[in-house]
Formats: sequence, C-alpha cells, structure tokens
Amino acid sequence: MSIPAVDRTGPTETVATTISAAQRRADERASRSRDRFHRGTARWVVLIAVAAAALLMLVPFILMLLNAFKSPADYSTNGPLSWPTEFYTKGLVTYWNQVNYPEKLWNSTVIAGTVAVAAVLISLLNAYAIGVGRVKGRLWIVALFLLGNMIPQEALVYPLYFFAKEVGLYNTKLVVIIIFTVIQSAFGTYLLASVLGTFPKALLEAAALDGATRWQILWKIVFPIVRPTLSVLLIFFFIWTWNEFFIPLVMLIDNATQTIPVALASLQGDRLMDAPTTNAGALISLIPAVIFFFIFQRTLTRGVTAGAVK
Amino acid sequence: MSDIAQVADAGVTERSGAKATVRGGHGAPAAERGRTNKSVGFSSRPYWLYLIPGGLLFVVVILGPLVYNVYLSLTKWSGVGQPKFIGFDNYLKLLSDSVFWESFKNSVAMIIAMVVIPTLIGLLLASVLFDYLGKRFGGSSVSVLRAVFYLPQVLPVVVAGIVWGWILRPDGAFNAFLDAIGLQGFTRDWLGDPNTALPMVMLVMVWVQIGYPVVIFMSALQRVDPEIYEAAEIDGAGYWARFRAITIPQIKPETFVVALTCTIAALKVFGPIYALTRGGPENATNVPSYFAYFTFFKKLNVGYGAAIATVLTLIIVLVAVAIMRWQANSEKKEAA
Repeated sequence: MSIPAVDRTGPTETVATTISAAQRRADERASRSRDRFHRGTARWVVLIAVAAAALLMLVPFILMLLNAFKSPADYSTNGPLSWPTEFYTKGLVTYWNQVNYPEKLWNSTVIAGTVAVAAVLISLLNAYAIGVGRVKGRLWIVALFLLGNMIPQEALVYPLYFFAKEVGLYNTKLVVIIIFTVIQSAFGTYLLASVLGTFPKALLEAAALDGATRWQILWKIVFPIVRPTLSVLLIFFFIWTWNEFFIPLVMLIDNATQTIPVALASLQGDRLMDAPTTNAGALISLIPAVIFFFIFQRTLTRGVTAGAVK
Repeated sequence: MSDIAQVADAGVTERSGAKATVRGGHGAPAAERGRTNKSVGFSSRPYWLYLIPGGLLFVVVILGPLVYNVYLSLTKWSGVGQPKFIGFDNYLKLLSDSVFWESFKNSVAMIIAMVVIPTLIGLLLASVLFDYLGKRFGGSSVSVLRAVFYLPQVLPVVVAGIVWGWILRPDGAFNAFLDAIGLQGFTRDWLGDPNTALPMVMLVMVWVQIGYPVVIFMSALQRVDPEIYEAAEIDGAGYWARFRAITIPQIKPETFVVALTCTIAALKVFGPIYALTRGGPENATNVPSYFAYFTFFKKLNVGYGAAIATVLTLIIVLVAVAIMRWQANSEKKEAA
C-alpha cells in the first residue's frame, strides 16, 4: 500500500481516505483481472484443446465399454466401432464364471489389504528406529532400503521362486504377501524416516519425563501424529500391490490363488477369448481399481507428490 | 502429507523454545538431540530392536535373493540339480548377444516414451491447467481434467495393456477407424509389424505415464508464490515468458524427481510388454526385464537370466546415482 500524499485534512480522515483508496485500487485490480481472465475466445479454444486431449485419453475406455456389451456375431459383422445392436451381457457373465471372478476379487483383496497393513506397520517400526531413535549407521540403512526400492524384481525373482518351492510356499497367497510387504515397506521406511527425522523432540522428551517407555511413546505420541501420513501410505501400498503383475505371475499359477490382473492375462495369453469377451474381462477387471480411484482421487493426486520434494 | 509433520513441528518448536528458557537451555540443538534423550533417562530397550522385524524380512526377501542371484549369474543352471560354477562366461556371452543389445536399445526407447515425452507434455499441460485454465474456469473443471489424465496411472497396467493390444490387433478398433476415415492403405497388424511395434508400444507408454508428471507439476506450481506470477504479469510478461522464466526454474526439484522415478520405471518396464507383444516381433520390443523373465522361465537358462538381471540392476543403480548427483550439483550451483 502506498503512503498517501500530503494533505491538509485531519488524521482520521487521512486514514479513511487511504483505506478507501486502497480498497478502490484493489477493486479496480480485481475487476480488471476478472475482465482480462474472463473475456475473449482464446480461453475457450485452450479449454477445448485440453478437453479434447483428455477425451483422447479416455478413448480406450470408451472402446472397451462399447465392445464389452456386444455379441461376438455383432462384433464380427459390424466391427469394433459400431453401437451394439443389443445390450449383450453374456460376455460379462461368461468371463465372470470362467475365471470365478469373486475368488479373484477375494485373492486380490486379501493380498493387497494384508500387504498394505503389514508394510505400513513395518515401515513405522523401521522409521521409528531410524528417524526418532537415530540408530548408528542410519544413513547406510536408509540407503539400503532405497536400493531395495530401486532394484528390478527380476534380480530377486529366481531365488525367491526357488526358495518358495523349497519351503512349500510356492503358489500361495502368503509368499506374495511377504514379498510385497518387504518391497513396499522399503519405500515406506525411506519416506517415513525422513518425516520422523523432523519429529518434534520436545514432545518425546515430555513423554519420557512422564515415564513413558519407547514403546508407549511410539504408539501414544508418534503414531497419532503421523497417522495422516500412514493412511496415505496405506492407500498407496494397497493400490500398488493390487496392480502388481510380475511376481504374482511367476508365483501364482492356478485359479485358486491368482489375482485379477494375472487371471485376465493368462486367459488372454491362451488366445481363448474373442474380442467382446476380452473387453468384458478387461471391464470387470478394471472396475475395482476405478472405484478405488473415485474414492481416493484426492488422496492419490495429492499424496503422489508427498514423497516428491521431501 | 509432509505438511502435516511440518505444521506439528512448527507448533511444538515454539513451545520447546519457551521451555528452553525456563529450564535453562534444555532444548538442545539438533546435533545434541541424541544425548538429550539419554539425559532425560529413557529406561527402555534400545531403538535398534525396532529394526529387527523389518531388517530380517529385508534380508530374507531382498538382500539374500539379490546376492544369490549374483552368484547364480556366475553359474550354469537349469533350475534342477546343482548350479555349475563357470565364472564370467555368462557375461562374456551377453556382450556378443544381439538380443541383449537390442533389449537395451529398446530401453532407451522406453525412456523416451516414459520420461522425456511425458515430462515435456506434462510440463505444458500442468502449466496450462494451473496457470491458464485454473484462473479462467475455476478449480473444479481443472481437477476433473487432471483426474482424467491421471486415471491410467491407478489402473492395473496389464489390463490396460490388454485393451490396447486388442485396439491395435489386425481386426481391432484402430484399423476399423482407419477404414472408416478412408485410410485403408495404412491398416496393418500394428503390434505384429517389426516397423510399427515399437512406436506403438511407446505410444501406449506415453498414455500410461502422462498423468504422473501432470499431477506432480500441478502441485509443484501450488507451492510457487503467486506474487511472482502477478509481478511478471504486471510487467507485461505473456504466458510463454512466464512459463520459461518462472514455471520451469521454480519447479526444477520436482522435475528431477519425475526424471528419476520415471527413468527407473522405464528401465524396469515389464507388464505392458508382456500384455502387448511379449517382446516380439523378432525382439523388436524386447526389454531387459522381459528378456530376463523369458530366459529364466521359458528357456530355463537360469544362470544367463541371472546375468541379465544383474546387469539391469547395475545400470538402474548407476543411472539413479547419476541423476541424484546431477540434482545435488544443480542445487549447489543455485545456492552459490
């Protein structure tokens, strides 16, 4: 705000004039900017261009929907771009029964859910020792976890496959749960350790003065404060594990244990499916993930950046 | 989410400052924090005990297998019986294996499709959404558009890959579309033709990847002080001038993060290749991870597969370290 020009009126008036002048200036600026922002056709051109790009992103989904409800005969006569001649749901039913979809849904849910909870727990314990406890050699430990997060699963898969067979865990949900708990918690430890590294010491000291043990401090002081961070991690671990493909593909070989993506890929690999069934299967397989997306959209789009600058 | 920790931190730092005066400098500086804890007398078990469950699991699932895989890369083994130690033979064989070189050449294509193109388009889209459309049409239309771009990122990539595989099939939607607009001459088996398979896989990867930089860059722009933009506008800077002089330098830290995470993802890519082409035709779309998988489980040549996986691991670690160094240097230069 600029200093008012010298004038001969009284002090109260000066203040009043200053305020109203400032107010007027602000109003002017606002209305000018509103005019500038909300006028002209250029903004519509840009909006339409970006919306068209967004629509282009959706084309595969639109095509999938269009063909998931088509009969094979309709598909072979009218092709993939036509509107379905009838609302055909047999493709969906066929795929549902063929892979025993409820079972796949259960497998995916159990694996992703258990991994999310276990990996958050392990991450918290690790990060407590590293970030709050400042154990010796913590830089090396964090670097190791970072490495674990970076290496390709191909560099682990054969030994894991071999050992799983040796101990009788091959083709069980448990082995996939254990592996992803560790892989996800490697990332979680890396992220949480830096969050807990800035944890307010005064809080910890106060609790210790009151005679709290470290175990109590973890659950009564640290846990409630970092809970929002932990719930973001939980959602991410769940969705990442849900979408995992390579290790489930290697480890889970029969219908009773396979997850949703592996079931679709192995059926498709057998080339047993016609185009409408492929689309129906893809549609059913995508629905849970799309539901998660709508529920967690805000967390996902915001949370994805959380690790970014930290 | 780091905000939350920071807010909590700020609140309590004030309080601890007050306490420090009362207790005569008990609020110790960062370097002495560890000692402070001891002086107030924690009488419970040492902190490293909390690392035991996570550490043991890490050794069993990651460190052990990683080391064993390196050992396997020095052997000849089909997965049954005893591995036979052969020294560096697998690595020597790799050097003259054209499929191996082809797969790494395709990794470069994946980096172009998953890092370079999405970062450039993402920068532009994020700044148009945030700096242009956000101001003119409000936040809700912008968040809908952002969500659409981000959608492929949260779906199982293999399922999306299967849909794309059908679209690009000879009897798929893409050829039907070309037919419909009178370009019959261009129809082909897009993923079966060695000339078009790789560009098509790259196209799908751009589609998969684009939402990630958009989301990261948009939230980065929220971090930037709007007064900088206002001042530039008052000085008469147009959109492009602001984009180049403000947007790009201000969100440099996020650009490094996107470059690092996407490059690692590009070097590791497996699912989309499996769903789209299985590395074919004639290895035109083969990548190291699929090559390793195929060698392990289809050719049962475990030692050779382990060598491919080990080389891939080394390359990823080297590239990651290089990008982190580059970032550290650029930050140092800015600070100076």
